[in-house]
Amino acid sequence: MNQIINIALPKGRLGEKVYNIFEMAGYPCPSIKEDSRKLIFENSEAGIRYFWVKPSDVAIYVERGAADIGVAGKDILLEYSPDIYELLDMNMGKCRMAVAGKSTFRDNTQRPLKVATKFSNIAQEYYSSLGRDIDIIKLQGSIEIAPILGLSDVIVDIVETGTTLRENNLEVLETIVPISARLISNKVSFKFKNNEIETIVNKIGKVIKEV
Amino acid sequence: MKEILKKEDMYILKLRHLYESFGYIHYKMNKFEEYDLYAKNKDFLASSNIITFTDTNGKLLALKPDVTLSIIKNYKPSPSAIQKVYYNENIYRTSKSTKTYKEILQMGLECIGDLNVYNISEVLILAAKSLSILSDNYILDISHIGIIRGFLQMLELSSKDEKKLLSLIQEKNCHGIKAMSKELDISKEMTDNIIKLVSAYGHTDNVLNTLKSMCFNETIASAVDQLACICKLLKNQGFDKIHLDFSITGDMSYYNGILFRGYIDGIPSGILSGGQYGELMDKMNKHTGAIGFAINMALIESFDDDKDDYDVDILLLYDRDAEPEKVATAVTNLINDGFSVQAQISVPEKLRYNKILKLTGGGLTEIESDN
Repeated sequence: MNQIINIALPKGRLGEKVYNIFEMAGYPCPSIKEDSRKLIFENSEAGIRYFWVKPSDVAIYVERGAADIGVAGKDILLEYSPDIYELLDMNMGKCRMAVAGKSTFRDNTQRPLKVATKFSNIAQEYYSSLGRDIDIIKLQGSIEIAPILGLSDVIVDIVETGTTLRENNLEVLETIVPISARLISNKVSFKFKNNEIETIVNKIGKVIKEV
Repeated sequence: MKEILKKEDMYILKLRHLYESFGYIHYKMNKFEEYDLYAKNKDFLASSNIITFTDTNGKLLALKPDVTLSIIKNYKPSPSAIQKVYYNENIYRTSKSTKTYKEILQMGLECIGDLNVYNISEVLILAAKSLSILSDNYILDISHIGIIRGFLQMLELSSKDEKKLLSLIQEKNCHGIKAMSKELDISKEMTDNIIKLVSAYGHTDNVLNTLKSMCFNETIASAVDQLACICKLLKNQGFDKIHLDFSITGDMSYYNGILFRGYIDGIPSGILSGGQYGELMDKMNKHTGAIGFAINMALIESFDDDKDDYDVDILLLYDRDAEPEKVATAVTNLINDGFSVQAQISVPEKLRYNKILKLTGGGLTEIESDN
């Protein structure tokens, strides 16, 4: 008998695009598109149950086994390094993790660099690979404002088109790593629901290639 | 009668019985260990944070974050015999989520000496049997570090890239491996083979077939040979919940042979972890083989939350002016009949009981059932 696979989707625009891919791969759940406040949707015939969670929480749901699989941004995976399998690059939600600052920025190597970011682990790892001493200023949002107000020298953040940066007279100084959405799986679920999960991964992989 | 032993206590008893029946000797150790031992082998430990304190004589001590290192330290080489010990100890590690220290009950065993295929298989059999004690629905995944090592020998990567590749392998991250190969100019054929290796997951026979086409050098070939021998033995002994999974890797400077992980359906992370750590033995100047595993018993606690239905079988109510002697006799009689009893004047809030009996002049009468 097939077991139900629990799938954590990131709430928001990316999540809706991801759901469409799942639908095209043969795992529809029409009720999900109805405008409602429900968070959990099940299609027992297709053997799946979707739920919407905050994008940055997907990896936690999967790591802790509340979801068998899920879709999370590579930025989140790099920042929290959860113990999961990363099975597929969804090729969606593409952007990059970058260092940005004022166009006039010159690195003064005589003192630690002040870096404002939501992603303190990524920033720490990047700069320690360069051997550069930094001071991290952890912010939750509107990171772009930090160098303008002199709170930090540079920021480490996700850059999609660069429009926000340009409008605030900032520019990308360095690309750290390209980012996209990844299909991840709980390690234990992968063992016990191996057939089901591998089938989903294969079907999704095919759809992504066609799109 | 209510079962007094908690599930995890029963598991511990059963596991101890299992290990003793295979001739493993209980190894009891001190709570503290000299810090030096861990400082020298930091990467072997699951977390590098260790609780330390200064002893009255000025020596820096640590609360054990690991048992294996202590067992190796105390191992006295004897050329002929294999030392077989098991342990059941509290260890102290930081939790990844709360970043605070946690006490974890760890149960495990070590088999040290000049190992042969039987010794290695015996430890794997004990691992499988341990898992089956905890749940019928278990999987034991086995890998051999020689296979990955053989691939790395061919690739000749820098130590930084090697580390990166190993972490991609652990994630079964095939697209990441492809991207890395492109960056480092690794041939397509080689990349495809690594991906084939990482994706080959499942029952031993199928995966062994895939492996046979991949014996590109002596290291891989001898690892595959040993693996095939062990898998055959396990299969013939009736163990069928064993899979091969080459995404299990370990630090090459500690491990040198079989690596394995045990999983139980319902526990979201691996519960059993083990391997052959001959390189670590060499580092600690004990030049012989060794294999062992540990079970994280703390994970069992959260798994088995089948709550008791009742706190007591019987709530015995008696009147304020009842004769104490009669109450005592009634309680004793019920206990002798095999029930657990709580005697009260009125019904306590929140107590869960199976039956209420009331002690009256004429004896016991049942008032209500099933609260």
